[in-house]
Amino acid sequence: MNEVVKFHFNVDGDSFTSAGQASVQVKKNLRQIGISPETIRRVSIAMYEGEINMVIHAGGGVADIMVYEDHIDIILEDNGPGIENIDLAMQEGYSTAPDNIRSLGFGAGMGLPNMKRYTDSMEVTSELGKGTKIVMKVNI
Amino acid sequence: MTVGELATKYSLRQLAVCDTDRVIEGVYIGDLLSWVMGRASAGNAWITIMSNINIVAVATLVGVSCIILAEGVTLDDEVIKVALSKGVNILASDNDAYELSVMLSKVI
Repeated sequence: MNEVVKFHFNVDGDSFTSAGQASVQVKKNLRQIGISPETIRRVSIAMYEGEINMVIHAGGGVADIMVYEDHIDIILEDNGPGIENIDLAMQEGYSTAPDNIRSLGFGAGMGLPNMKRYTDSMEVTSELGKGTKIVMKVNI
Repeated sequence: MTVGELATKYSLRQLAVCDTDRVIEGVYIGDLLSWVMGRASAGNAWITIMSNINIVAVATLVGVSCIILAEGVTLDDEVIKVALSKGVNILASDNDAYELSVMLSKVI
């Protein structure tokens, strides 16, 4: 299958308040190439949750978006502490976010569940002390 | 009803208004941002007491018609600036979320 469009973003781990810039940019880029609003919504929300997670837990990371003819891949990678128990982390309401993050309205334990909810497939690989990679696919 | 009509009818404070003609379709109330992203629908008026900069990103991604800050919550100038640059409507009121949703239910 031919790859159509690629976007790459560095997610800055130090600026929690600017988190979301990459997702908002992706939303804009996808709109420009004519992707449907509902697909854009799913991709950008899944990516925003990932972005927030990278800022909260991993000190930032990188995000790659690849737009193919029939689907969009979102690949998020960080060099953070890794996820100890992925099954637990996937449960709605489970959170290891600190209180200062909760006071900003995050850390409700909805990040990974939302990413799964908004994508057609999601694969999480994580190694303690090394980092986490999340590959999500949204069908067009 | 449009965002502009709502603001006028109930004398809501217009902290950042970019598109007064945006039509309000339904209402969502919530302060947990991931919850809002997972449940709110495009076109909703989003009532919240959360005022940090991340509400602008959430509003943009969900595509809400406006944010309505309840209970006299105020915004930093920086948040207003970003909202204006991203085209996010933000209104504010001294009423609480329940009172605001009662008002909205009469007009949408």
